[in-house]
Formats: sequence, structure tokens, C-alpha cells
Amino acid sequence: MDWVTTLGQLMNTTLVFSTALIFGALGGIFSERSGVTNIGIEGLMTFGAFAAAVSTHFAGEAGMGVASPWIGLITALIVGVLASLIHALASITFKADQIISGIVINFLATGSTLYMVKLIFHGDGETALLKNVFNKVAIPWLSKIPIIGEGLFHNYPTTYLAIILVFVAYFVLFKTPFGLRLRAVGEHPSAADTAGVNVKRMRYIGVMISGALAALGGATVTLTTTSTFAHNTISGQGFIAIAAMIFGKWNPIGAFGAAAFFGFSQAIRSYVSLFAWSNSIPQEFIYMLPYVLTIIVLVAAVGRSRAPSALGEPYDPGKR
Amino acid sequence: MNKIFKIFSSSIVVPITAIVMGLIVGAIIMLFGGYDPLLAYQSLFSQVFGNLYDFGETLREITPLILTGLAVAFAFRAGLFNIGGEGQFIIGMTAASFIGIKLSGLPAIIHAPLAVIVGGIAGGLWAALAGYIKAKRGVNEVITTIMLNWTALYLGNYVVMHFLLLPGQQRSEDLPESASITIQWISDLFSNARIHWGMLLAVLAAVFFYIFLWKTKQGYELRAVGLNPHAAEYAGMNVGKNVVKAMFISGMFAGLAGACQVLGVFHYQSVLSGTPGIGFDGIAVALIGMNHPFGVLLGGILFGVLTYGSAGMSFGAGVPPELIRIVIGSIIFFIAAPGIVRFVLKPLYLKRKKGKVL
Repeated sequence: MDWVTTLGQLMNTTLVFSTALIFGALGGIFSERSGVTNIGIEGLMTFGAFAAAVSTHFAGEAGMGVASPWIGLITALIVGVLASLIHALASITFKADQIISGIVINFLATGSTLYMVKLIFHGDGETALLKNVFNKVAIPWLSKIPIIGEGLFHNYPTTYLAIILVFVAYFVLFKTPFGLRLRAVGEHPSAADTAGVNVKRMRYIGVMISGALAALGGATVTLTTTSTFAHNTISGQGFIAIAAMIFGKWNPIGAFGAAAFFGFSQAIRSYVSLFAWSNSIPQEFIYMLPYVLTIIVLVAAVGRSRAPSALGEPYDPGKR
Repeated sequence: MNKIFKIFSSSIVVPITAIVMGLIVGAIIMLFGGYDPLLAYQSLFSQVFGNLYDFGETLREITPLILTGLAVAFAFRAGLFNIGGEGQFIIGMTAASFIGIKLSGLPAIIHAPLAVIVGGIAGGLWAALAGYIKAKRGVNEVITTIMLNWTALYLGNYVVMHFLLLPGQQRSEDLPESASITIQWISDLFSNARIHWGMLLAVLAAVFFYIFLWKTKQGYELRAVGLNPHAAEYAGMNVGKNVVKAMFISGMFAGLAGACQVLGVFHYQSVLSGTPGIGFDGIAVALIGMNHPFGVLLGGILFGVLTYGSAGMSFGAGVPPELIRIVIGSIIFFIAAPGIVRFVLKPLYLKRKKGKVL
């Protein structure tokens, strides 16, 4: 086995597995930095995966060819924003408990997507297998670099998009007035209000960005790895994305690192089996590895991660 | 008039209105899909109440929901969000299976209760681990319980595959009769519906929840920590200890749910391909029940009836059973945002009492 190729492939698979988690975690960050807990990432990803699958399917039927997955991606984004509005409406306008309205999103997502899939595809619990999905693109020149070329520069367009968005998100959150306001609203809404920031509007925007990003994450799953949408397309990835967000301390770059860590430990499963010594370890322990490792890392190194102070509290201007 | 006002603002009206509104949302969505909502709801209820077998099976469906609902609600009361019901359920199931299969030969009077108790304790310890990590290292329990869910899934599968396997199958050996908690005579009465002691256990658990939390000093401390950990600490309470304790009891409820499921319903344990979902359903049940033990009982009943009945809805009216999750989601939504319910009820109320805003 050529270890150079293997290493490159491992890096590549890591990024493929991380992509959806990166999107999901970034989504979580925008919502939570604005002070709205978003446990509904899982549901928003489900909505995105569903919207992408259906719209890509019909775009393909309509003869859009290679453009169809892009249409799928955009549709997912719109559907994600719309779905997140339910969460925003309940938790910001009606001051509902934010955890509850997040859970509501998860329920509505699994229920309504499968309901619609069955309506659209005549009783099947799964969308048709998509003919047009994203293919891996090699970036000229860069993909020729040993190890890193195969690892970083020969991947799905959505993976590139995710990585670019990590840095965009970082820039937006920490280097722009908008980001400052968004964070202020999440840390100390009444102070932000006094300074003339419209708290409710900022929070709505935070949640809507969250919906858009999480839905894109879901869309990448159907448009790259599964090519179809079924009840188990998004099973738990939204929750792992939330874990990545917390792990990464509500910072886009940290979350990227955490998502890559999860992606890596998922990817390594497929490679460990190539080694002879791995036969002596029960398969179940290899599956457990990413989760146990996360706990160990958290206990050993990271310790306390501090959430935005006003997280989870509806803003009440009358309260001091 | 004052009485009417009280009823409106009391906690009963909001959930009931929310349920009705949830069913209406479901009906509207069915109309959009070209289905007959009246026929669908009729089929739903006749599936549940149509014959004794199905009624018994509905009770079977309700039991674990109440227990995982209690698990989530209990943690909530202590200010903790236990997303780990899934994992604690699996651990409870696995521990009960292990005791059930490995200690066969014990008399039933010892064997079955022992398996239930060990299942509950194992689930409790699994959750307490997350509590301990939070207390010692400040790691958010949401992230640890999620990780522990997946760990439990594979750990459970490992135990089944390596210690309890029925050769050639993806499941454990059958549990012996002595480890069964089926109540045979009631089961016979309900034309062989799988009824077991878990139902009674779930009710007792709710009573225990109530008494512990509101009638004991320890419960007072737990609630104090839940309401304001800093104040509780300042008042001399050991926050960390309370966090571990709350997680242990919470996990115990979920573990009992798993133990009952394996000892009372399936009588063997399958190798799981994904987490069972019952822990997440418990979150919904806790929310519908507004984190009160008796509310959780009702929430579990509602959730169980709707879920079990959804199959009938599918046979009777062709409606995809997934629709019921939209209904449940909407109900939670309306309960969570009482503002919306009040908004709907306001015109009704204003007719009776002019001028006063709710």
C-alpha cells in the first residue's frame, strides 16, 4: 500500500465527511451568537437534504443537466431560510422556549419531508436516485501537489464552498460591524438595544442565516454522498454539528477543526480495516472511536466552553 | 366571569387548545395532499380503540414514552438538557438482556426484578457519567450525551454480538421465561397484546418524580440548582453533586424504559443499525407535559395514541403515517408558544370580559 496515496485519500475522505458538519456547525454559530439556541439544526439539515433532492430531480427531468445540483443547492437554501423562520417566529416573536421550538423544527422536518416524498414519489419512502449530482473537481496545478493535492484540491465543489464559508463566517462575525452587532445581541441584548441595535431583527437574521447554512449542509449529503433522500439520510448529523459548534467554542475556525476531527474519525474507519492488526479489535470499538475520542479530548484539554451569555433567553426590553 | 378568566389562563386550556390546533394543522396538510382528514382521524382513533388487542398495544407504545419523557423532564428541572435518553435506553436494554440471559436459572421472582433494577441503574450510571464530566470539567452535557448515545449504540451491539448472540442471527438469544415481566393474564385479556409491568412502573416513576422533587429536601436542592446554580452554590449547596444526582435519576428512568422494552416486549435484543429514537421522542413528551411528571403521563399517552394510531390512519385513509409527526410538532409548537394560543383565544375571551388583556 502506497502510504502517500493513502494519506491523501484519507484527507480527502475526511473532508467529504466533514462538509455537511461544517455547514451545520456554521449555521449553529450564527444562530447562537445572536442568542438563539438552535437544537433544530438536524431538522434544518433534513429540510435542506429533502429540498435539494426533490428540486435536483425535477431540474434533471426538465433537462437542466449539470446545472441541476446547483438549483438543488439554491432551493435548499431558500427552504432552509423559510423553515428557520418557524423557529425564529416562535422563539423571538412569541418568546417560546428556544429548545422547544428547535425540537419542533426536528419533528416537523422528519414528518413533513417524508410526507411530501410519499406524495411526490407515489408512496415510496425515498426520492428517485438522482441522475445529476456533484462530481469531484480537481483544481488545476494545486491538485498535482503530493498528498495535499489529492487531499485538499480534488474534491466536491460543496466542500470547497464549505471551507471558504468558514473563513467568510469568521470575517463576518469578528471583523464587520454586522458581526459585532450580532454578537452583542447574543451577549448583552439590552446593552445592544441601548446602543441602537434592533435586537429582534438581528436575531431573526442570525436564525435565517443558520437555516440557510444548515440546509446547505443537508443538501451536500444528498448531492454528494447519498444521491437520494430517505428517512435516514440525516440521522444525527445535525446533533454532531451542534457538538462541533460547542467543541469549537462558537468560533467558525474552531468548529471547522471540530468538524474535521469528526470527519477524520469517520474516515479512518474505512482505512483502519486495511491494516492486519485491526482485525484483533472488534469493529464496534472502531465505530465508537470518534465519539469516545471527543469525550476524552473535551475532558482532557478543552474544558469549559462558554456559550454566548444571553443564549436561550428571549429578549424582553422591560426586564433589567 | 373570574372563573372563566382563571380557566383560560390555567395550564390546562393551553395544552388542550394546542392539541386541537395541532390536529387542525394536520387536517389542513392532509387536505393539501388530497386526503380526507375526517376519515383519517376516525381511522386513527379506531386503530387505537377499535379492539382490545390494539388498545393493549397502544399501552405498550405509551410505556417507554412516559419513562423517557420523565427522564428528560427530570433533567430539565435540574437545569440540564439530557439528549442522551437514546443511549441510556440502549444501555438499560443491554444490561437487562445481559442479566436476563446470563443469569438464567434464577427464580422468576428474583430474576425479572433484578434485570429491571440493573437496567435502570446502568442507564443511570451512563447518564451520571455525563453529569460527572459536567460537574468536574464543565463540559456541556448536550455534547457529552450526544456522544454517549453513539457510544452506547456500538457498546450495546458489541455486547450482543460477543456475549449474547443467537448464532447466525443479528440478535441475542431469547430471554428465559424467568426474566419476563409480561403480565400474562392481562395480556390474555387483551388478546395477547404485549402488556407488562412496565406500565405500572412508569406510573410509579412519575409519582416518585413528584414526591422526590417537591416533597424532599434533596428535591428542593435539585430544583434550586436548576433555577439558579450560582444562587444555589451561594446558599451552600453542592452544585456538582446535584448535577450528577439529577443525571443519574434521569438516566435511570430512560434505562428502565429500555429494560422494560426488552424484558416485557421483545424478549431479545437486536443488533441496532441506528439509535432507536425513543430518547428524542422523550424530549417531545416532556415538552408536551410541560416537564411536570403528571403532565408527562398525559403527554406520553397523547404521543403513544397518535403514534400507534398513525398506522390506522395509513390503512384507513391512505395518509402517510409520518404526518403524525407534523401534528405532534405543531402541538409542541403551540404549547411552547402560549402566546400564539392566547392570540387565538383572545377574541373568544374578550367577548366575555371586555378590555382586559391576557
